[in-house]
Amino acid sequence: MLPACRLPADWDNRTLMADATSVQQRADPAATTQPNATIELSRLWREFGERAVLRDVTIAVPAGSTVAVLGPNGAGKTTLLRILATLLRPTSGDVQVLGSRLPQDAWRARGRIGLLGHDPLLYRDLSGAENLRFQARLHGLPGEGAQRIAGLLEQVRMSRRADELVRNLSAGMVQRLAVCRALLHEPELLLLDEPGSHLDPAAAALVAPLLGQSPGRTRVLVTHDVDYGLAEADLVLALKAGGSVAYAGAASGLSAGDARAIYGGTP
Amino acid sequence: MTPPGNETETAPAGYRPSTLSALAAILAKDLRVELRTLQSVPAMALFAITTFVLFRYGLDRESLSGGLAAGVLLATVLFAAILAVNRLFVAERDEGGFDAIRLAPVDGSALLGAKAAALVIYLLVLEAIAVPAFALFFMDSWAGVPPLFGVLVLADLGLAATGVLISSIAANSRARDLLVPLVLLPLLVPVMIAAAGASRELLAAGGPSYDGVAKWLAVLAFYDMTFAAVGFAVYDYLLED
Repeated sequence: MLPACRLPADWDNRTLMADATSVQQRADPAATTQPNATIELSRLWREFGERAVLRDVTIAVPAGSTVAVLGPNGAGKTTLLRILATLLRPTSGDVQVLGSRLPQDAWRARGRIGLLGHDPLLYRDLSGAENLRFQARLHGLPGEGAQRIAGLLEQVRMSRRADELVRNLSAGMVQRLAVCRALLHEPELLLLDEPGSHLDPAAAALVAPLLGQSPGRTRVLVTHDVDYGLAEADLVLALKAGGSVAYAGAASGLSAGDARAIYGGTP
Repeated sequence: MTPPGNETETAPAGYRPSTLSALAAILAKDLRVELRTLQSVPAMALFAITTFVLFRYGLDRESLSGGLAAGVLLATVLFAAILAVNRLFVAERDEGGFDAIRLAPVDGSALLGAKAAALVIYLLVLEAIAVPAFALFFMDSWAGVPPLFGVLVLADLGLAATGVLISSIAANSRARDLLVPLVLLPLLVPVMIAAAGASRELLAAGGPSYDGVAKWLAVLAFYDMTFAAVGFAVYDYLLED
């Protein structure tokens, strides 16, 4: 069972702090180890210089589930995603992703992770199709993934614009291509940081089935949209400004009102 | 929902493409971008030609030979190369290329090798333009030019091996434009000494002489292998945050 604390509806920052401490104190690393966990974080800290961005984060995410990461700006959500993506080293603590201990065995996990972050990770002087073919070659997809690329482009309605340079496309179109890039190699772990950024409702509806739950795929969803995050997630990791844990547990254990309180009640 | 496409068209879990295959993909990408944007090689060539003009009138000489000719040519190529070295990782830094490549199951040395290969190609194209221009500006005889390319290829390899390392270190620094020449130029002093030693014999006034050239070529080859080995040994570590 995951360590969890249910927060009262009227909790303030002080109760948050106390509850977070109790979560961390109860989070014995051995107790959180799960044989089928895709992600296991135990007492994870990340510091930039002397500033701690993530403080003592512990959670285990079973394979096939979705965890929503909530928290205000500066809570360390993107940093957490970059650590899970093997792009950033933890300062201390134990991090296991897809059975590989990070950062030592990061190479085993790479190629099985899809990241859709703030940056589209697309070269502006290549076309969308060229970018995807390049990624397909890096991931060793047979035939440069031609059929898969065509299928994904069709799904996001970008087939007709696929040969245009990325620098000439709108932000929404670039985001649709970034979705294709993140999914191209059928990752077992999908890391999503505000996946609906730049997308109008029609485009968001196009990509929603692609980014949704799928058998065997574990998702980490960073979002400021509390209702969306709670609806999509099996688990919630709520971080406070400064990177400490406010809540780590089942999504059903956290009400939307309690989740909003992490933001000071503003969203 | 399973994403669309041919479901058999995926690599098996844990599959890792060969370093050579990843290197070829990155190199092809870089060359495609350079051909499309013409950001590095034309600037290098223009810089070299302009520098020859400055030397021609600055030195007030219509003909150069020996050590002076080697010095003018090699210093020009070296400073032109700095332009390309500075730009090698611009796209990786500004457009997320570092992250995209590190998310793929490829060895970091593929990126190192691809960038070094791209730089060597840029330098060869530059020299294909700059050396004939140099000969037109300063040389009475072209006899030393063909063997000179042998020296330049070895010098290019050393320049690329060192330049890629320094460029990737500097890529995430705010002072990168300053850092590259300040760190790279001292490291390239052995390359300049050896290349100039070999070139001065080939550009001698009475025609090319091959005395002592082999010794300098051996020094260049040793330098190339040393920095290539250092690069492959440390590059994965350099790519980490």
